[in-house]
Amino acid sequence: MNSAVILIIDDEVQIRKLLTITLTSYDYKVLEAVNAKEALTLVANHPPDLVLLDIGLPDMSGHQVLRHLREWYSKPIIVLSVQSAEEDIVQALDHGANDYLIKPFRTGELMARIRSALRQTNAETTGVVLDTGDFTIDFAARLVKKGNVPVKLTATEYTLLALMVRNEGKVLTHQYLLNEVWGPSYRNESQYLRVFVAQLRKKLESDPNRPKHIVTESGVGYRFVTA
Amino acid sequence: MSIGRQYLTSISLITGSALIGLFINDLVGYHVVAFLLLVSVSVLTLFLEIRPVLLAALLSALLWDFLFIPPRFTFTVGGTEDQLLLLTYFMVALIHAVLTHKIHQAQEEGRKKEAKANAVRFYSTLLNSLSHELRTPITTIIGAADNLQSKGGHITESDKSVLLNEVSVAAARLNQQVENLLNMSRLESGVFTVKRDWVDVRELIYHAIQRFEPTINKYRVSVHVPESLPLFKLDFGLMDQILHNLIGNVIQHTPEGTDLIITADCEEERLIIVLSDTGPGFPVADVDRVFEKFYRVEGSRPGGTGLGLSIVRGFAEAHGGMVNLRNLPLSGAEFRIEIPAEVSYLNGLKNE
Repeated sequence: MNSAVILIIDDEVQIRKLLTITLTSYDYKVLEAVNAKEALTLVANHPPDLVLLDIGLPDMSGHQVLRHLREWYSKPIIVLSVQSAEEDIVQALDHGANDYLIKPFRTGELMARIRSALRQTNAETTGVVLDTGDFTIDFAARLVKKGNVPVKLTATEYTLLALMVRNEGKVLTHQYLLNEVWGPSYRNESQYLRVFVAQLRKKLESDPNRPKHIVTESGVGYRFVTA
Repeated sequence: MSIGRQYLTSISLITGSALIGLFINDLVGYHVVAFLLLVSVSVLTLFLEIRPVLLAALLSALLWDFLFIPPRFTFTVGGTEDQLLLLTYFMVALIHAVLTHKIHQAQEEGRKKEAKANAVRFYSTLLNSLSHELRTPITTIIGAADNLQSKGGHITESDKSVLLNEVSVAAARLNQQVENLLNMSRLESGVFTVKRDWVDVRELIYHAIQRFEPTINKYRVSVHVPESLPLFKLDFGLMDQILHNLIGNVIQHTPEGTDLIITADCEEERLIIVLSDTGPGFPVADVDRVFEKFYRVEGSRPGGTGLGLSIVRGFAEAHGGMVNLRNLPLSGAEFRIEIPAEVSYLNGLKNE
């Protein structure tokens, strides 16, 4: 299954070399582009299964590339960014990036994100019951069980959980979650999100203080991870 | 003292002395009055700059001549003796003023030189420590890479994995240093903003702790956050960095097995986070200085640039808050962070 084609868009030759060797060693096929112009042509002619896009390109901002790509390219795009650029990341996610990685990143993290993003493409096949390792969610019955014991969730808690679980592995921004669960007028009312995430963790995580499933993405949002 | 006030002081003191002279002139004679005026000029040289002192010298000479030297209330000087006296008076006052001025100048230069020497020493210490902290991991990485590439030597598989692990550790250390330097320049650039949003402090504290796994598991960590603690409007990223640096400091400078206690509380719309440990504490002389940029406790373990705690203070102050350090009575250190912030008790409500 690992014959997926990944396009690397980065102007730094060292980063391209590193990524190419790493990805090839995991049996991915790799395409490379050194700038936005080359990348856009390449995607048009040989659409890859996933794009790794560096936000800081010489000829066009990564955000612009992202907007151009998203006009017609619907497969996963993972954005590579430098430290302390939360706004950049949130903006990229709002513009349709599926995920982000902060340089320097560890290979294990990179591979996990790529696998997760590729899995989302085939997400339609996911069954109606999902087992996270610590608890199960039955989407048809709207039922959450921990072990064999049903967990009582409020309607809002369930909506929030279901939304995160359906986007398993993908980082969801605060504003996205607020907008989807509470509605557009709550986009900036992040205190609701904090409270409900804390409640969900208390009800579902085996150690709510060290959450394994509902993971905090500092300054950006939350990510649901199965064990 | 501003130059205007210096002139004013000079004129007032001389005029005052001359007035006193008028009262005592009949008792002591005008020669003694001259001494009184000369003392006034001398006093002025101690505190004022050269020009106001010269004015005092000139003014006092004129006043002495006009008010006291016979014939009085004219600028005429009668006898040769008095003419000589007046001239001598003026010369003494002048030399006095110039000499004092020169002493002032020499002192000023000495101070400047010392400040410059201090700055040079400061920057050379800084450069030494920085280049050490940056070069050590770079040396490790280059050396390990060379060794792994070399065809000459014999390297066992287990040594290979040791070297690779060293590369990994060195790179992480380098990254930490760069992050600190970047944070410092962010702070100093002034273009940096605090983006406040609602923060669950419990989540914040555990998030900061989790970043140190698995190392942190060798310490006895306990966290105390009251259930009723409200949400606070804070910059999550900056607060995370504050805790990261403080926890990192404990890991860096205390032995494994040390207790690390983190408590959070709310006092009148202020978030109080106290982080204490049972390590050796700080040398008493350093307690007030550890937040200074590039300051390092003498003899402390290598691995820092002396930036971590100054970033803590910088980020706390950026929030309008502050951070304090004290040694605990028995052993260990306690950092107390106070951040004023808007609070929300939404999390205390039972919702359905």
